Amino acid sequence: MIAEPAGVRRWVKHALTSQTHRPPAWGCRARAHALLCMTKHLTGDCKPRIVRTMAKIIPFRRPPEEPPLEPLHERAMDNLAFIRQTMERAGSFTAVSGWGQVVIGITGVLAAWLASRQASPENWLATWSVAAVVAMGIGVVTTGMKARAIGEPIRSGPGRKFVLSLAPPLVAGAVLTLVLFRAGMAGMLPGLWLLLYGAGIVGAGTNSVRVVPVMGFSSMLLGVAALLAPAAWGDAFMAVGFGALHVVFGTVIARRYGG
Amino acid sequence: MARASAAERLRSVAGGAETAAPELDRLIHERVRLAIVSALAVNESLAFNELKDMLSLTDGNLSVHARKLEEAGYVQCTKTFEGRVPRTEFRLTDEGRGALGRYLDHMEAIIQAVRDR
Repeated sequence: MIAEPAGVRRWVKHALTSQTHRPPAWGCRARAHALLCMTKHLTGDCKPRIVRTMAKIIPFRRPPEEPPLEPLHERAMDNLAFIRQTMERAGSFTAVSGWGQVVIGITGVLAAWLASRQASPENWLATWSVAAVVAMGIGVVTTGMKARAIGEPIRSGPGRKFVLSLAPPLVAGAVLTLVLFRAGMAGMLPGLWLLLYGAGIVGAGTNSVRVVPVMGFSSMLLGVAALLAPAAWGDAFMAVGFGALHVVFGTVIARRYGG
Repeated sequence: MARASAAERLRSVAGGAETAAPELDRLIHERVRLAIVSALAVNESLAFNELKDMLSLTDGNLSVHARKLEEAGYVQCTKTFEGRVPRTEFRLTDEGRGALGRYLDHMEAIIQAVRDR
């Protein structure tokens, strides 16, 4: 017989009689268990056991019938938007400087005013040639500044495509200018310039923001109009096509695409 | 009924974790790698520094992710010297282009399945 302490005996009595089970301290409880086994089953080798009952988990809210689809769907949308954004940034040339275009436009208007005051055709052509070189310089410098500011590579990728599609019509324009001027057809030059410049901008602008090809298209239309109109209006068409168009679209680009 | 079929379609494409894991291209799914592949998809080739500036990444970050893509055969990497300066060029392989296409289809299918509900 195990010598049971008085505490244990009291606990067993309490457990057998009372309805409320208040658990006693651990060691006491184990010994009481052994004692109970002996009294009930008349065996001595009853090891104390702990019966762990698993609690049944009943959630407060019932689980949704379908897996939550919205987040997945939103994430997919988000991913697609991200891809598109990256492709646009990587594939399009956004470094066209709006303010640069405005300055080029002002140069154009000034050149048109100066050219209209020239008496000889040679001086007239020289004025426009200087204006073209100055405008090109402004374009290159302002575009380079913007490209650096927004961290866009200018010599490769989209920038390279932009230049490569703009250059051929300009070269063709320069050659045709020489040929037509020698043939004494200087009156056709403004229309030709606007048409070819517009063509170059449309081509180059396919890799850029939407307004750029629109500007090129407007320039082409004005070029056609200039070719059909009397030759005396040439400088006026240049003032509008090379000057005003640049100012207007440059402002749009600067406002909408930052600088 | 329509609801059930849409859900089934979605599950077939992306649903439970056990089906989603093999189908979704984890290699491309990661943001930086997705950006690299997208940028290369619209450019024939891009140099290391261009790609780095374009995506505003650090040297280490780009090289680690680019190497993963290269190991998978999605990106081809050529190293040349310009004078004494090494130049690393990346271009997308056909395999990589296909992987991006599949990924786009996948995203589209998910959106479509939700829209049809």
